[in-house]
Amino acid sequence: MAAEPNAAPARPSDSTNHGMRVVVAWLVLSVIATPLVAIFVGPLFPPGNASAEGQGQVFDNQVMTAFVTPILCLLAVFFAYGLITFHARRNEAILDGPPLRNDSQIQLLWVVITTTMVLFLAGFGTYELLKDGSGGGQGPSPIALPAHHQDAFEVQVIGQQWQFTYRYPSLGGVESNQLILPAHTDVALHVTSLDVIHSFWAVELGVKADANPGVDNVAYVETKNPTTFHVRCAELCGLWHGYMYNNGRVLDPGPWHSWATQAAKLYVAIKPYMDKQEADGGAPYAHSYLPAPDRRAG
Amino acid sequence: MTVARRLLGFNLLTGAILGVVGWYVGWFGAHAIHGLSIEYFADTDYNELSVYLAYIGGVVGFLAGLGFLNYPLARLRGYPPSLREKEGAGVGRYFGLCTDHKVVGIQYLWGIGLFFFIGGLNAMLIRTELLRPSHQVFPAGTYLTIVGLHGTMMMGIMSSGILGPFANYLIPIMIGARRMAFPRIEALTFWLLMAAGAILTTSVFFGGFPTGWTGYAPLQTEANAGMDNYILFFALVGISMTLLGLNMIATVLTMRAPGLTWTRLPIFVWGVLSTAVLMVLAAPVLVATLAMGALDRTAQTSFFNAAAGGSSYLYQNLFWVFGHPEVYILALPGFAIVLELLPVFARKPLWGYRLSVAGLLGVSLLSWFVWQHHLFVSGINGDLRPFYMLSTELISIPTGFTFLCGMMTLWRGNIRFTVPMLFCLAWFFNFLIGGLSGVFLSDVPSDVTSHGSFFSMAHFHYTIMGGLIFTFFAAIYYWVPKMTGWELNERLGKIHFWTMFIFFNSTFFPLFIAGFEGQPRRVVTYAHHLQFLNDWVSVSAFCLGISMLIFLFNLVWSLAFAKKPAEANPWSSRSIEFQLPSPVPVHNFDRIPVFSSDPYGYGEGPVPNWVPAGQPAGRE
Repeated sequence: MAAEPNAAPARPSDSTNHGMRVVVAWLVLSVIATPLVAIFVGPLFPPGNASAEGQGQVFDNQVMTAFVTPILCLLAVFFAYGLITFHARRNEAILDGPPLRNDSQIQLLWVVITTTMVLFLAGFGTYELLKDGSGGGQGPSPIALPAHHQDAFEVQVIGQQWQFTYRYPSLGGVESNQLILPAHTDVALHVTSLDVIHSFWAVELGVKADANPGVDNVAYVETKNPTTFHVRCAELCGLWHGYMYNNGRVLDPGPWHSWATQAAKLYVAIKPYMDKQEADGGAPYAHSYLPAPDRRAG
Repeated sequence: MTVARRLLGFNLLTGAILGVVGWYVGWFGAHAIHGLSIEYFADTDYNELSVYLAYIGGVVGFLAGLGFLNYPLARLRGYPPSLREKEGAGVGRYFGLCTDHKVVGIQYLWGIGLFFFIGGLNAMLIRTELLRPSHQVFPAGTYLTIVGLHGTMMMGIMSSGILGPFANYLIPIMIGARRMAFPRIEALTFWLLMAAGAILTTSVFFGGFPTGWTGYAPLQTEANAGMDNYILFFALVGISMTLLGLNMIATVLTMRAPGLTWTRLPIFVWGVLSTAVLMVLAAPVLVATLAMGALDRTAQTSFFNAAAGGSSYLYQNLFWVFGHPEVYILALPGFAIVLELLPVFARKPLWGYRLSVAGLLGVSLLSWFVWQHHLFVSGINGDLRPFYMLSTELISIPTGFTFLCGMMTLWRGNIRFTVPMLFCLAWFFNFLIGGLSGVFLSDVPSDVTSHGSFFSMAHFHYTIMGGLIFTFFAAIYYWVPKMTGWELNERLGKIHFWTMFIFFNSTFFPLFIAGFEGQPRRVVTYAHHLQFLNDWVSVSAFCLGISMLIFLFNLVWSLAFAKKPAEANPWSSRSIEFQLPSPVPVHNFDRIPVFSSDPYGYGEGPVPNWVPAGQPAGRE
């Protein structure tokens, strides 16, 4: 059998400078749309102003969105213009377009622009990350440290199926099933797990750190004004994963200290019962948890 | 009489029967080893060994019944090599071991379609549950199983979604060969995948599994017996993918017709090649990881048990070493199909051939260096996060090549809005949204906001459903008329496209917002104020499901009832498969073609890019 060449007559060429039109339309649209998006959409982004890290993430989300707007505009203008201008007429015989195979200048321009954008993004992200850790879990030996990390108030977050327990070493190991934090304080959260992988997500504070068994995963957060926030488990951890959520609160120093006193009292009252379990031959109740914060993970 | 003889041979029926026999042999055998009772399902919760041996026995029986042992046994007994499996005719070929690559391609299309449909039904069930903020329809464990079945089915089966049906069918034709390099392995990859699909589906009889498609240990280690089905499923898929990739690489490297140099290959072949490399290198990691998981569950090893010296990070690390190339195994064939189809419907040569090849290979290469972006908040290697941030963002450069080449191919073209073209154009929109949302996830600070939330879920549905499934349908509308010889109804096709495009976006775009509002993935409950958003998504998802039924109706109607014969070259394509008669003869070519250029010479005159050997080459 012979090959059918399937060639069609060429479409008549036109001399309009379509490229210039697209570029101009794109520039105009981008110049209008980008500030609008940054100013009006930007502040809506999560997680909000409840913590310094949260504010940092809002800023990052804002920058990202402003950054992608011109890209969206380019594609929108290109396809709107291209598909309207260059489509085949209905019931018209098939016509071939011009055999353009390459343009090394356009290729070079594209490579240079995309590479520049990518390197800027990576640099910006790295700077923002190293500034204060951005509220993410960074393992047992963090390198992205906020300014006052040595004086941070330490809380151990212990995940298990299916709840988080919060242990306050500075209050003599008091444990609570609700995370109560003092306002305007640097907090170091030491996240670990007793069983499977969980992920501690304090939504409005902008904190997310996986809880791995045997690992001390540290996340820093600097609380702001008193507020209420949600805690959810963000890593599938079995049957009742969907119910592993709770509220937490950020309190002014006064209310926080009265809460701490109350919690310590309660803890002293129930401690003998937990110890009694072991005395009766049951499983020992641990008052401290592995890993010790200096243990290397992984 | 003849019917009985046909049913008795090596075919799917025999395979199914021997599969069941093998299953029970393994089941009872393992109980004998354990010295346990053989009470039916009573002791499945602690006798994992039985589940493994039962399914391994089942797979061996199934393959034996299909006739996969005949050839090795014949060779052992000294018979000469042959390809007798190819000689069948009629519909029976499709229900057994057949080494004709065109038959395997069509087998793949229907087999994958079946499991895609099951996976899609699971998505409908998930959205039914999420109509209400508290859990209503399914018990929590059942819900997790449905989530896991949806994700695992889609990721596992659809990994071969393009390479299975379309590469198997088209690669030998496109490179001017008469068969794949390893035809029997080609058939094996298909039947392994079908066995795997059956294993995953039957996990519901063992209580399902709670881990989702990632199967994170130690949750994996403590899960009930349905987890073994997950492990077996993904291991078989991994083996099937490795063999599929190997076969593709060997075929493209060694069997190209004369004149088909590397710069004359259709871009689809390059896409298949770059995907196949990922398959061959990534899938074995998965199989090994799952073997460790299986040992943890059966032999009480402790690869992933932190209390006994293992590490949950080990599983996460190994899984994503496979897992990130895996998402490009899903996405890259989509790139290739878009670039392959655009020249046909824009009537222009593919713009920037070398750049688009560099794009495909670049993505393929870079996908190996990004996996820990899945672990940005896990606490593993906190100091490497800037590196993974950079490498992840670098992938957008070669992806951008694909966009540039595609867009410049459209530029000044004569664009025809056929159904396959509409799906390709939708790819640009979907993958743009998917890619730009990926920017938020690649940046560590903004990833802390959206990690593990519905934002990332929306992101990967935009890239995988928007990137792979849309091009999967483009490929179906483009090539199925060639593969079957029947035309697909164009009006129904357009209705399918528009409903799918609209409801796909209406389903997944609001999920970005749900994620930003704090809804984690895979939860059965969510905040009350998110109910409107979730209900909107659920209703859109049901409409998306209806859109799929329109497609199914079109397929059944066009192929079984309307039966309008398709032209040999319905799209006026210059690609070689459309120059062959419909249906394509068993041996593809009477004379092996000799190529003189790539198949994209639109607007470059009536000279064919290939001739059957022996005739004078036409190009000046």
